[in-house]
Amino acid sequence: MKRLDWFANPARFLKVARAVQPWAAGIALGLGAAGLYLGLVASPPDYQQGESVRIMYVHVPAAWMALFCYTMLAMASAVALIWKHPLADLAAKATAPVGAAFTFLALLTGSLWGKPMWGTWWVWDARLTSMLVLFFLYLGYIALNGAFDDPARGAKASAVLALVGFVNVPIIKFSVDWWNTLHQPASVLRAGGPAIHESMLAPLVLMALAFKAYYVWVVLIRIRAEIAAGKIRAARLRATGSAAL
Amino acid sequence: MKPGLKPKHRRLVFVGIAMALLAAATGLILSAMRENIVFFYSPSDIVAKPPSPERRIRVGGLVETGSVEKPGGGVVRFRITDTAMTIPVSYRGILPDLFREGQGVVVQGRFANQTFAADEVLAKHDENYMPREVSDAIKKSGQWKPDAKGAKP
Repeated sequence: MKRLDWFANPARFLKVARAVQPWAAGIALGLGAAGLYLGLVASPPDYQQGESVRIMYVHVPAAWMALFCYTMLAMASAVALIWKHPLADLAAKATAPVGAAFTFLALLTGSLWGKPMWGTWWVWDARLTSMLVLFFLYLGYIALNGAFDDPARGAKASAVLALVGFVNVPIIKFSVDWWNTLHQPASVLRAGGPAIHESMLAPLVLMALAFKAYYVWVVLIRIRAEIAAGKIRAARLRATGSAAL
Repeated sequence: MKPGLKPKHRRLVFVGIAMALLAAATGLILSAMRENIVFFYSPSDIVAKPPSPERRIRVGGLVETGSVEKPGGGVVRFRITDTAMTIPVSYRGILPDLFREGQGVVVQGRFANQTFAADEVLAKHDENYMPREVSDAIKKSGQWKPDAKGAKP
């Protein structure tokens, strides 16, 4: 926890964030460009799916991000509830819309992929349904966070929701193993190693890393914006307070 | 709870216990609902316990090799199997791209008179991805095992 305490100092955080942000941006853009080139141009078509397999290079990293962001959201919420670090609240609040966007992207690209391959835009199988529930959890978190006049109360209520909703994360991951689903089982994070040929795994991994770097980049911007907004609120309060006297 | 515990440790214990209870409750609910979350039944399930002809159900399995017939008029007849049991399916409509013999499908419709009248056919695909040259090479070398997940020859 020493580490976390060290980070929780906003001034120190801002210094680190300013230094890390350009690197994260560079890595996100560089790896993203390489991943898109390999995925959309240089990688071979699949033996079963042909060219449609290229949707995978966006769909799968987006779905991973949906789970990754929720895990971050739950961890930040736990730290905020237990250790009352104000930065953890800001990190959770900054993460939620990013996670919601990636979840939406995963649902959208999955639908576009499902139509030509499965023959349907949508089915109510365990994987798709639990992913839709994740999207609603993100929206619920965002709504609850902003539903109170006092930001601290909103942060606390939404942190509890984030922790309760975390049970959905292992359900999503293992839904394809526990139940008969139309969605196929895991290809990469599975016992026995990836079931994807190296030429297709490389762009997938590049895109996944690019998305992670993008997360760092955007969340740092959002936390810095929240800190700045907090300063403005405090300054306004002081100004109106002195004017009232 | 010990009175001497610091507030942050008390909150840690509280959150830990709450999460454990929540996980246990979810586990119990899911195991109770297991039967209802099944997206499709297997041909063996259907043969063992034939559903009522009015009920719309889904059955999943492999399209039996050599069983696909197209008698015309957009009608397709094939058999789906889970290697233990096989049931005949008739369908009228457009098949998805991935529909082919030996591949997994999920059909939706009604089971009556020992035939499954499907109104929807969905193709399932497995978790293997590889270029065509690699699959050809694996097949040529005789190492092709649909169940052994042959991405790594």
